[in-house]
Amino acid sequence: MELAAAKVIGAGLAVIGVIGAGVGIGSIFSSFIQAVGRNPAARGDVFTMTMLGFALVEAIALYALVIALVILFG
Amino acid sequence: MAEAGAHSPLAQFKIEPIVPLHIGHTDVSFTNSSAVMVIAVLAASSLLIVGMRQKALVPGRLQSVAEMFYEFIANLLSDTVGHEGKKYFPIVFSIFIFVLLGNLIGMVPYSFTFTSHIIVTFALALAIFTGVTVLAIFKHGIHFATFFVPPGVPIFLWPLLIPIEIISYLSRPISLAVRLFANMLAGHTLLQVFAGFVGLLGVAGFLPLAFVIALSGLEFLIAFLQAYVFAILTCLYINDALHLH
Repeated sequence: MELAAAKVIGAGLAVIGVIGAGVGIGSIFSSFIQAVGRNPAARGDVFTMTMLGFALVEAIALYALVIALVILFG
Repeated sequence: MAEAGAHSPLAQFKIEPIVPLHIGHTDVSFTNSSAVMVIAVLAASSLLIVGMRQKALVPGRLQSVAEMFYEFIANLLSDTVGHEGKKYFPIVFSIFIFVLLGNLIGMVPYSFTFTSHIIVTFALALAIFTGVTVLAIFKHGIHFATFFVPPGVPIFLWPLLIPIEIISYLSRPISLAVRLFANMLAGHTLLQVFAGFVGLLGVAGFLPLAFVIALSGLEFLIAFLQAYVFAILTCLYINDALHLH
């Protein structure tokens, strides 16, 4: 198999990893909605932690993207 | 991605020297990246210096903005680190403002995002990591090694858990750097790719245009969010260093 084809296939496989981030972000916001539903007054504090959690989970998706880019262009 | 041709979406990240300088064989040119960093530092300094010049008890508009930034980071420090966090305020504030302005100046069209380069974010992350580790070692001495032993774990699990803990500790600067770098790189590349479609599709070009507008809004949010995450993780690492566990 030639290198260019292998690179493209490798990049495509590497991006499958963002599935985990999709599940993670959905999970974080589902907890946020439930928490606010049970206790609307806690919205401010919980929102801050939700944003922190979202950024950390999104970072995982971006690690997968960076590996894909390194495979494709490195 | 648009490839090997004249308009790769990655071309926007190219570093161009503005004032070429060489010390021996080392290239220390003043580049577009350095120019934007200087602009960011000047903007932050002037906001704070000019904003606080009045020192009014009831703040005017600019002073309110400066005080908002101060209070935001001061609260962040006291929430995460507690009372001893006060003395680390300058470094956390500088990091936060630098990353925030770096991200935001990059949103200006035809400007340059210096936080989209791994070397810049890695330099910041490595500096923070080194500082935090040195702080922990100076404060706790040899007792710092107990940081890698999770509390309440039976001894026979230690050979498994301690290497895992050490590796996850060493991965902190890498994750800190890659998180910011990848967010900025992916955001700007995506913007450029879809902006390219606007011209290519002719009449139907309003669809990618609407997407670019929505994505720009998201990118502003991400700019703030990534700066906030960088700052709060710095505070959490300082907290880990000061109070092991």
